[in-house]
Amino acid sequence: MPQRHSILAKLAGRTGRRLVVLGPLLWLAVFFMLPLLETLQVSFSVAQRSIPPYAPLWGFDEGGFFTNFTLDNYGLLARYWQDYIGPAFNSIRLAFFSTLVCLLFAYPMAWWIARSTPKWRVFLLVMVMLPFWTSSLLRIYALIGLLNPNGFINGMLMWLGVIEAPIRMMQTDFSIYMGMVLTYLPLMILPLYAVMVRLDDDVIEAATDLGASGVQIFWTVIFPLTLPGVIAGCLLVFIPAVGEFVIPALLGGPDQLMMGKVLWTEFFRNRDWPVAAAIAMLLLAILTVPIIYARYQDGRVDDKHEKETGAR
Amino acid sequence: MKPTIKYAAIAILASNIAYAEGQLNIYNWSDYIAEDTIANFEAETGISVTYDVYDSNEVLEAKMMAGSSGYDLVVPTGDFLARGREAGVYADIDLARLANIGNQDRQVQGLADAQLEARNAGVVYMWGTTGIAYNVDMVRERLGDNAPTDSWDLILDPANAAKLADCGIAILDAPTDVLPNVVAYQGGAGDTTDPKLFEKAGEVLNAVRPHLRYIHSSQSINDIANGDICAAIMWSGDAFQAAYRAEEANNGHVIDYSIPSEGTNLWFDLMAIPADAKNVDNAYKFIDYMMRADVAANNVNYVWYASGNQAAKASIDPEILEHPGIYPTEESQKKLFVVPVYDARLDRVVNRVWSRFSSGG
Repeated sequence: MPQRHSILAKLAGRTGRRLVVLGPLLWLAVFFMLPLLETLQVSFSVAQRSIPPYAPLWGFDEGGFFTNFTLDNYGLLARYWQDYIGPAFNSIRLAFFSTLVCLLFAYPMAWWIARSTPKWRVFLLVMVMLPFWTSSLLRIYALIGLLNPNGFINGMLMWLGVIEAPIRMMQTDFSIYMGMVLTYLPLMILPLYAVMVRLDDDVIEAATDLGASGVQIFWTVIFPLTLPGVIAGCLLVFIPAVGEFVIPALLGGPDQLMMGKVLWTEFFRNRDWPVAAAIAMLLLAILTVPIIYARYQDGRVDDKHEKETGAR
Repeated sequence: MKPTIKYAAIAILASNIAYAEGQLNIYNWSDYIAEDTIANFEAETGISVTYDVYDSNEVLEAKMMAGSSGYDLVVPTGDFLARGREAGVYADIDLARLANIGNQDRQVQGLADAQLEARNAGVVYMWGTTGIAYNVDMVRERLGDNAPTDSWDLILDPANAAKLADCGIAILDAPTDVLPNVVAYQGGAGDTTDPKLFEKAGEVLNAVRPHLRYIHSSQSINDIANGDICAAIMWSGDAFQAAYRAEEANNGHVIDYSIPSEGTNLWFDLMAIPADAKNVDNAYKFIDYMMRADVAANNVNYVWYASGNQAAKASIDPEILEHPGIYPTEESQKKLFVVPVYDARLDRVVNRVWSRFSSGG
């Protein structure tokens, strides 16, 4: 009875898989869902000067069960939307272009690493990951030392006689993007590498044999096959980049107010945790739409793949 | 490896001995105490001190507001202490338990008490002003010998700011230390709580914004010392730290600090005890120790801020005592004001004005 056997095996496989998934699920519930729900709750609370600095949303007192629910925090954001839409746009633009530049640099680098001999591969991967071993803050300060008007690069260029007066690099878009790309590049390289290293050389060979040009091979064979890595890398870079606070604060000038700073101001300066929470929730909602869309696309590719190969 | 283990063991043993007299957890500003003060206190009392530092009132406040910070002694600035007291974060100080309370500068402590509307909120540790730090030569090169270095005009007049833009201007990222001064610059009272005056002050700042290099609270210390910027609205002690660094580096940059003639805000950092402190007795011992004339003088000679301690003046370096930027002259004292504690609504107005200024909106 081979039929029945395979059903049993399938069932056992499914239970096993569920058990394996349970760990990460628990982790997500405790460290992601609970804080998220807490933030959601704070966003509907009334701010007051106490520990913590907002009134409880619900509870029991002498009068019995009470609730203290307000939509005012979201109302304030709606009323003063001009103050928030600009920084939101700045942050998304910064994240978008940082992701784009990271992708343009990371793609050939990841390809080169994936095509190296296994020995070199390890060395190059370590080189990519090495910066993670020092504090990102230290690296930003090192960058400041390089880019300052009296810093290393200007000093070098002036000593060589290439320029006469220092070039202004700090507090410009250039310094912000330098910081962003330096910090986030490894997050783009690693998922790309993971996909590329598994890429079957035979596929490329077959395309060449069938007379495809280099450009054709790239766009019709290599790029579609590495797309999951591209999507994963873009998400890994884009999401933290939107909330980036430190890099624009240290490397940027006064003209670019980012969402991270707006959140900081609400939290620390206005001491209005509820409004800060409301901004965080809205930002999350805006960001999850493209992510869910990307996941949905990803899922469809997987499903198709499953159907075509008939096994999983 | 072995010696390290041995030293670690000694350290653990030593800390166990110190535990006998108990513990004290202090949270203070970075670079805000003489290098040997804590060690001397430990040696004298046998109390084991854990000393942590912060670099902004906001960080301290958020930690205290979240509750159960674990600290026994913190040093907030006056308005932050007042807000914390409103929220029930801080305990009252029992002045009778402080033998050295008589050493305090009565005038300074009185001003702080008035701001806090309480006589037992905290003991003034240091106080200072917000003013203008500038690179003497770079400013003279661009604005001549009569550069208005003793006026907010140097930075807040767009004509001057435009001339200094190429060597770099920075402004503190601290709305409550800048906006009241802009109000004073326009002839208003710096201790105002009128939202309209702050809106107007925002317009003055917006006019010089195109000429600013950045708005940041701590970056300017290094930058002005290195000659990367040439003028900045700064806290007094930070400016002297920059001047000292430039002198140490011997890089040819001379940094000076002035209290603008239109007046500026006076602020106080006070030693205070959190309501949930566990080692209250030791916190009192520490405050009393810090108020001893020799200890207070030693701290001032290191951090270059004015002390809340009158008795210490006898042992303070004359260079500090006679500097009008640290201990203001009687003439400029008349123009100093204390910013009152804003309510939540005014906070929001002030911060909105500030956000629009810093984002150019």
